[in-house]
Amino acid sequence: MRIILDHLSHSYADTEVLRDVSFDLRAGQIVSIVGPSGCGKSTLLRMIGGLEQPTSGRVLISSAAPEGSLNPLTYIFQDFALLPWRTVEGNISLVLEDHGITGAAAREVISDVLSRTKLSDFRRAWPRQLSGGMKQRVAIARALAVRPAVMLMDEPLSALDSQTRELLMDDLVELWTRTPFSAAYVTHNLAEAVRLGHRIVVLSRRPGRIREVVEIDMPLAERADRMAELEPLQRGLWEMMRDEAAAADRELAHA
Amino acid sequence: MPDSRSPDALSAEIEIPADARPVPFRGGGFHHRRHPFLAPVVLLVLLALWQAGSSTGFISPIAMPAPKDVFGAFRDLITTGALWTNLSVSLYRLLVGWLLGAALGIAVGLMIGLFSQARASALPIVSALFPVPKIALLPLFIIWFGIGEGSKVATILFGTFFPTVISTYAGVDAVDRALIRMGQSFGLKWSSIVRKIILPGAMPGILSGFRISFSIAIVLLVAAEMIGAQHGIGAYILMAGSIFNLGELFAGVIILSAIGLVGSWLIGLAEKRLLDWRA
Repeated sequence: MRIILDHLSHSYADTEVLRDVSFDLRAGQIVSIVGPSGCGKSTLLRMIGGLEQPTSGRVLISSAAPEGSLNPLTYIFQDFALLPWRTVEGNISLVLEDHGITGAAAREVISDVLSRTKLSDFRRAWPRQLSGGMKQRVAIARALAVRPAVMLMDEPLSALDSQTRELLMDDLVELWTRTPFSAAYVTHNLAEAVRLGHRIVVLSRRPGRIREVVEIDMPLAERADRMAELEPLQRGLWEMMRDEAAAADRELAHA
Repeated sequence: MPDSRSPDALSAEIEIPADARPVPFRGGGFHHRRHPFLAPVVLLVLLALWQAGSSTGFISPIAMPAPKDVFGAFRDLITTGALWTNLSVSLYRLLVGWLLGAALGIAVGLMIGLFSQARASALPIVSALFPVPKIALLPLFIIWFGIGEGSKVATILFGTFFPTVISTYAGVDAVDRALIRMGQSFGLKWSSIVRKIILPGAMPGILSGFRISFSIAIVLLVAAEMIGAQHGIGAYILMAGSIFNLGELFAGVIILSAIGLVGSWLIGLAEKRLLDWRA
């Protein structure tokens, strides 16, 4: 399945947030989307998933979703978005219930995704009992349960401390290596973008336009050990963004 | 190993000067410990002081009945069967009025919370009627629903309906929008989002609204029974007051307090069951 963003522009009231953004998400590829704060990254992701409509331009889906995919476009949120009144198990079964998957069938799916995210021992835990990293693992397990065609990740590691972030990055790479998925990975963290992205889309400050699209050929699994080779690229990205980030930082917030 | 010294050896090397003294402790306080026996002890002491004051004549029987008068009133209530006659009609009015008011209030509160048309049309009416003391409408309710149970139940129903509406829609408003967006992003049905995300999310607000509406219901029960009822705790208290039987008056007040305590205990149980996901 391929997703094409066709000349997307968007404004909230009189604030223009995105201008003429076009790129595509291809099967089995992770696209990192980086840019200074307030450049419309998250808005862009909401449009890809159909949670918001662009002022002009279109988001297109080409070819059918793979068979068995319950929710082709699936989000992973920065704040995890787990229901506090449901256990780990209950949070995953929430997204299966409406597809008529209950009872033994649901338990089987839940066991599978929990073992893939190393959560099997926490099946009956409440979200409040889990650390941030564990909560995000639950959210990843929940996303895997609906067999998505494209994962839409909105700063999924930003609410975590740096050590947990490293662990989860390794987990994501491992998950991808075992079964490649396509994803749009929005982040402001360039190290994450370089570690996880097959392509990196750099957006400018508001209104967000595409400044550059960088391809990285190195296999994801090798990147942790060959970080030094990626360092110049990451520095280059930062050079490109530094002035804009500084300018964005000094902008007054729009209510 | 660059350093093979044990942690013991490392700490043993610190030299403590002669003038070293502990940092003065200035934390602590401002937190509550459990004192389970204090409440009954205080109650017993107060009862003892009351009895002592009454039997020495320090407390005039015109201002306050002696504890034994109150016990006597309770004994009469039980032996004559008046306790059950009064309590059963009061509990019936209280429970029917409160349950109907709460159920209707939750329904209307959910509508106001979910649909902007309902909010725009009903919220001004709710806001206008909420501050009206419902007991002032009792004469109207007597015309509408008759002098019997209907008017008393209606007073309690209307009195508890409005606070429940307000606490329910405020509870719905307080549900984290990120959770609703999550539900939408997983393609959950509208009814599932309401049932599995909005309703449980609003439950803490709804239950704390129950506490308020239950005490309002007791106030209205007594007021309605004082205005026009043959039986009921309110009528009993009014009667006792008019013949200056302070023992019976106190007995009635104690029964009301017990009803309130049992009610809030039951709501507490419901909170424990329904909100077990909270710490």
